[in-house]
Amino acid sequence: MLDSLTRISEKFAQLRNAGQMAFMPFITAGDPDMDLTLALIRELAKRGVDLIEVGFPYSDPIADGPVIQASYQRALDRKLQVRDIFAAIRSLHAEKEPIPPLVGMVSFAIIFRLGAEKFVRLAAEAGFSGLIVPDLPGDEAEDLARIVKSHGLDLVELIAPTTTPTRVARIVKNASGFLYCISVAGTTGVRDTLPAELREQLGWLRTQTDLPLAVGFGISRPEQVDELRGLAEGVIVGSALVKQMQLLADGKATREELLRACGDFAAQMVAATKRTRL
Amino acid sequence: MQALEQLTDEYARARQDARFQAELDDLLKNYVGRPSPLYFAKRLTEHCGGAQIYLKREDLNHTGAHKINNALGQALLTIRMGKKRVIAETGAGQHGVATATACAHFGLECVVYMGEEDIRRQKLNVFNMRTMGAEVRPVTTGSRTLRDAINEAMRDWMASVAGTHYIIGSVVGPHPFPMLVRDFQSVIGRETRAQCLEKLGRLPHEVIACVGGGSNSAGMFYPFVDDADVRLTGVEPGGRGSTPGEHASTLSYGAKGVLHGSYSYVLQDADGQTSDVHSISAGLDYPGVGPEHSYWKDTGRVQYTPVSDEEALSAFGQLAQLEGILPALESSHAVAQAIKTAGQRSKDEIVVICLSGRGDKDVYEVARLLGKDI
Repeated sequence: MLDSLTRISEKFAQLRNAGQMAFMPFITAGDPDMDLTLALIRELAKRGVDLIEVGFPYSDPIADGPVIQASYQRALDRKLQVRDIFAAIRSLHAEKEPIPPLVGMVSFAIIFRLGAEKFVRLAAEAGFSGLIVPDLPGDEAEDLARIVKSHGLDLVELIAPTTTPTRVARIVKNASGFLYCISVAGTTGVRDTLPAELREQLGWLRTQTDLPLAVGFGISRPEQVDELRGLAEGVIVGSALVKQMQLLADGKATREELLRACGDFAAQMVAATKRTRL
Repeated sequence: MQALEQLTDEYARARQDARFQAELDDLLKNYVGRPSPLYFAKRLTEHCGGAQIYLKREDLNHTGAHKINNALGQALLTIRMGKKRVIAETGAGQHGVATATACAHFGLECVVYMGEEDIRRQKLNVFNMRTMGAEVRPVTTGSRTLRDAINEAMRDWMASVAGTHYIIGSVVGPHPFPMLVRDFQSVIGRETRAQCLEKLGRLPHEVIACVGGGSNSAGMFYPFVDDADVRLTGVEPGGRGSTPGEHASTLSYGAKGVLHGSYSYVLQDADGQTSDVHSISAGLDYPGVGPEHSYWKDTGRVQYTPVSDEEALSAFGQLAQLEGILPALESSHAVAQAIKTAGQRSKDEIVVICLSGRGDKDVYEVARLLGKDI
């Protein structure tokens, strides 16, 4: 496995050859149930998204903002369990239509409780292509990185604007797939403008690693993609889709409306990321 | 992470700095009123009919609890790091009040995160914090208690690290917080140890303290850890019973896990989701516990045991009537454990209770529970 490309690396390599950027939306697993999650993944796949980040609901998601925490809580209130997520994702991969690489966003509390070896094996069997563990410091991730790689998956690491150069060097050692670059200090959520320091940091990171750079936290509009062209290989959108789940929970949208809204949004972002470099 | 490294480095430097220690000692003496007395509870001792019971009177500190020891220490570190804004979480409000006090003293901006449920239970402390100029931000996520207040404070900190220090109130969270808070609270145990040797000519047979996150107990126990003959007893909030959701006895009923950046015992389900917890006292209402307590449990150095809401409430009334002291509901758990076990000891044995705070803040809640009007 180690010598062959992972699904995530393969995807980024294809995009790089085509001169395109990756678009990666985030959705919560099980809000309000896994049926909707699967329908949403199918819809996003149909609309051409490159990867999908799937959030494992956790009771104390300190790296996430209020929109995602509320979404996690709705799933947990309905007794969603980790095994339900694995079972559903596994069934999805048995279907005929191709599914983009799925990256599980999961708290270390959950991984530790199940046992890292067991959790990663189950994730691999379900068909996940990578994991992001936002509350495990990247320079303490050596053991988990080894396990994740032994199952042919990628361990995606986060880099914050406040991450010091010394730590970046230690973190990059454990990272694979791509680097998740946090655009601003703080938690997830939709913001209006991209900070100037981000440009500088991305330029510097480029000199430190060959891994693709994907920018997340506060990305929500196609125009922001244009700002990042040439600086990063991908964009991640989190809260924007989860907000649609909030509308569903509040009874302000039906499932069909949610799927269409998310699909239309994804199509816009896909179009923006597929404009070839000028 | 960068903020944690900065804090670790600054604390290492401060520890070597005689001026820092002198400034802290001066504040503890002249502002807090330390050393706090070690008081012989004569009537409580007679009532229990066994060991001589002494109370370490942290309730007599300025602001009414042990929390001020840590808040002042960390406020001094905040200033050393050149930061002007402080955030804190609070459960019962004692740590929030202590932090608001330290910030008023030093002229720092202060924001305190507090669960909506706790704001209801602890109106007096909320009023006090606001009076001292702190902003109290209600937390409406999750269970709306201490654990959610910690989540919100951590989120604030991730976005504000450059100019803000997070004064965490207990021996929990990521390194270096558990060590830092334990060190600042160790003044309790150091004084107690010295007072016992001076007044009684010997060390106590047992030291009892309540454990939520575990700051007063860590500060009390730490200086006694190497005194193998001193039994150390941590009292956990047993709530209404041992069913999940009915208590907050992390060490008695929890399993190893990760919460708020520490590897420790955690009350959680089979998937690692944090359990909801209950305690009569807002300050003990936490599903995790300091990692060093977990270590002391595993090595057997400290014995941890739960005390129910009912026993704590009863101890609250007994200490009031026998000694004229209204203990905090948190500390009432430690008092209850002493009442349960002191009678099994002989009259020449000595038991020290850490009376971590006073009960003024709890009178509305106690009255409500007893069905009385104030």
